[in-house]
Parts: sequence; structure tokens; C-alpha cells
Amino acid sequence: MDQTRRGVLKGAGTAGALVAAFATGALRPADVLAAWNKGAFDAKTTADALKAMNIASAADSADIVIRAPDIAENGAVVPIDITSKIPGTQSISLFVEKNPFPYVGTFNVAAGAEPFVHVRVKISESSNVRAVVAAGGKYFQTVKEVKVTIGGCGG
Amino acid sequence: MGDPMKIRARLQGDVADVRVLMAHPMETGQRKDPSGKVIPAHFIKEIRAELNGKPVFDAQISQAISRNPVFAFRVKGAKAGDKLKITWEDNTGDKRSDEITVGG
Amino acid sequence: MRYARVLCAAAGLAVGLAGQPATAQSDDRTAAEFDKFREVLEEANPAELWELKGEELWRQKRGPKNASLEQCDLGLGAGVLKGAYVQLPRYFADTGKVMDAEQRIVHCMITLQGFKYEDLANRPFSRGNYTPDPVSIVTYVAAQSREMKIAVPQSHPKERETYEIGRQIFFYRAGPWDFSCASCHGADGLRIRTQNLPNFTKPGAQAARSFIGWPGYRMTGGVMHSLQWRMNDCFRQQRFPEPGYASDTIAALLTYMAVNSNGQLYRGPGIKR
Repeated sequence: MDQTRRGVLKGAGTAGALVAAFATGALRPADVLAAWNKGAFDAKTTADALKAMNIASAADSADIVIRAPDIAENGAVVPIDITSKIPGTQSISLFVEKNPFPYVGTFNVAAGAEPFVHVRVKISESSNVRAVVAAGGKYFQTVKEVKVTIGGCGG
Repeated sequence: MGDPMKIRARLQGDVADVRVLMAHPMETGQRKDPSGKVIPAHFIKEIRAELNGKPVFDAQISQAISRNPVFAFRVKGAKAGDKLKITWEDNTGDKRSDEITVGG
Repeated sequence: MRYARVLCAAAGLAVGLAGQPATAQSDDRTAAEFDKFREVLEEANPAELWELKGEELWRQKRGPKNASLEQCDLGLGAGVLKGAYVQLPRYFADTGKVMDAEQRIVHCMITLQGFKYEDLANRPFSRGNYTPDPVSIVTYVAAQSREMKIAVPQSHPKERETYEIGRQIFFYRAGPWDFSCASCHGADGLRIRTQNLPNFTKPGAQAARSFIGWPGYRMTGGVMHSLQWRMNDCFRQQRFPEPGYASDTIAALLTYMAVNSNGQLYRGPGIKR
């Protein structure tokens, strides 16, 4: 756990690594899908990530449900379910606010999936987890706090 | 190319409950190996799911997704015998696709 | 004993959540929360990736003798996998001793495939992207006993003798900390930090926590570990000299705990902190 935690904590610099990868030709721009929003993934705050995604504001909604542990046994693997009951849900984006790079990803369901996703994420320290749903050209959000503990031995 | 994914799709009415396990280190690029050398970033960035060739779900993700990622989602309008194909692509350009038959 | 027990229990008190002293109530809530989400995690367990790999390794012709493991006898006859894991460790007439699952797999890899013990024992535990073959294979074998009851035999005199040796190892106190396995797993209600420590001397559900969930996908490090690793790491944490990989010492210790687990349902490879 310690190694992973440190890894996440010291995550700053991945952006630089990517830039370097482009510069050295290790990564060709064509390899990176247009949909992968580098600006948002490189943002160090949720606000900056939302800005990079052109999301000016999101209304609080009780129709988005985050199911995640109040206290996670291991911050390296925190299970999160997000369900949206908002009609016309197109995508669900996830942010772990205290992570060095809060934006975890966007799950697009519009093409043929129900507005639900289960993921497992790294959470570097106790943090709010935010889900932002896009529906009908508008944005909605909800937040849940997840605490991360220090573990015992190997179980 | 990576190791095979483990995909399961269970039908509940016309919705396929999909669960996928992927073997991937999801390296953040900040960890060091025992000799002190930085382990380069290596993580899946994109996931796509297709039902009988038609895109039904996709995701763009970061290195904050846990090592050996697990995803679950629910595909609408599925029936037994449908082909479900899942593809991932990582930051090194490595890709892998696996396909299963729904309800098979 | 008293000193060791204080270490296990006191560590739990020292942490608490959000900097507050732990209370019985918050501990119960934390444990309940861990259990609830452990089930969510087990719904889709990365261990299944090693199950796939283990199956391939079981079927493939490999090693200097270019043979598969399909003729390996895990106690129920050559190649019989269903239910074999929940009946191990057990006595094997061909070796004249009680062997645990991974020890037996290693035996088959040596006798059937021609691998060398020294090579298998050289790097026996998972780390990073490396998983030793026996770990993948034991994960596959264990998965063929999913949802079956633990039924480790005690009919052969050697099996009863091995249980007794294992019991003695479990209670054997030594090392710079004057520790034994029983220091942390020999009484009710002990903890390390937020983790409750099961009492393996209590036959039934408590003892079965030594068996259930192994082999396990460990969230820390994201690697697959078998009971060989778990035993080794317990000795390391006790500051004991570490026992040999797939040794008779480990087989005896596993026999003691597995027999105490009898009658409980094994749910297959698990997920660990």
C-alpha cells in the first residue's frame, strides 16, 4: 500500500512525462484518442479539470448515487459505483478531489449502456469523491466522502 | 498486447450486466523500483465496448484507476448469442481486444 | 506471551480513525464497512486473471520433460481437481508424508515436468509484474473447490501426527520478540491497527479465516499470493528465521489450521488487504 500511496501522492509530473513522451516521439499524437482530455487529466484541482472540460457549473442532484465505502480498507483499491437516475444521462465523470490529479475519467453510456458504472480507484488520502453527470446539455453532480485507513498486516 | 481479459456478461432481461477484469500495471510514472529507478508511467487510457460491432460504452481514464482494473457496466438491448467485444488502449499505444458471447 | 499480545492489541488502539481513539463501536462499524465492501470487491476479483493463467500452465506441456500437469495427483487421483484443494493438506503414499496444495504442485512440477526445486524456491513469491508459476497454478486448483466445504482428512496416522506438529509450531514462542503464531492468532478480540485478528485455535468460522480467501489477490501491490507467502510473511513479521519454501514445516502449520477450519464453506480465491 505504501508504495502505491506514495505513487499517487507523488503523481505530479505525469503531465511532464507525457509531454516528454511526445517530444521524444515515444508517443505519436495519433496514438492518443481525441477524446482523452489531456488538459483535464493534467489539472491539479477539480475546478481546473472541469474548466478544461468546458463545464462551467453543475447543479447538485439527489438523482446521482455514489456507492463507495465510508472508510476504505485500502486506498489502492477503492470500489465505487455511480448510478444516475437523471433522464438522458450521456456520461458520468469521476473526480477524487484530494488526489494529485483529481480527474479519474469519463464513462460514456449514451451509445447503449445504462447510466451506471463500477470502477476501482486509487485514493491517496481521505477525500471527497465527486460524480458529474452530463444530461441534455446540462451538468449535475453529487459528492461523497471516503476515508482511507492505514492498514494492518497482509490479511 | 497484454494478457487476456476476463469478461463476463449476464443477461437480466435485455440488459447485459458486464464485468471485465484487465491485467495491467496502471503505473503512475512516479514509483521507483528497488534500485531507485523511476518506473515509467504505463496505464490504460481508453476502453471501448461493442455489441455486435456497434459501440455501446466507452471511457477515458487516468492512472488513478487501480492496478489490474475492474469495470462493470450495463449494456442495453442485448440478447443471448450477441458478441461483446472489449478493447483497451494504453499510453504506450499497446492495445488488446477480447470478445465473448453473451449468455454463452 | 503477555508482551506479544500487548503489541498486537495496542497497535489497534494507537491508530483510530480520523485521529480519534478507537472505540469498540467505531471498530465494529469499520469492520462492518470493510466486510461489506470486501464482498463488492469479491464480486469481480482480479484473482480470476491468475486462475486463467494457472489453467494454461496446468494444461501446457512444459519443463525439461515437456509434460503437462494433467497427471498430477492432488489426492483424489491423477488429474482430479474438483474438491482437491479443500481436502489439502493430506497424506500422500508416494512421498510418505502430508503435503499442502502448493507443496504438492511443486512436487508434480519436479517429478512430472522435470523442474528443479532450487529454481522454484529461488523466487517463490509474487512481486510487481512477476508471479511465480506455482502461485498461478494453486490459484487455478483452488478455484476448482469453489463453494465446497473444507474437509481436510485426519484418518491416516501421519495426518494426525502432522496436525500435532503443526499445533506445536503454532504455539512455539521464540525470536527476539518472544513471539508465536498464537501471540496474535491464539485469543479472541486481538487487532493490528484497524484489522481484527481471527483466533485460529478456535475450530470453525474463526479458524477458517486462515483458509478462506487464500490464495488471495492482495490489494497492496496488486499481486497474487498463496498461503506459502502468507506463512513466510508471518514468520518474517515475528522476526523468526523464515521457513523454507514448500517445506514440511509450512505443511504442518497449514495442516493444523486447515483441520481447525473443517466444515466451513470455501468460496474460492479471495481478495486481501
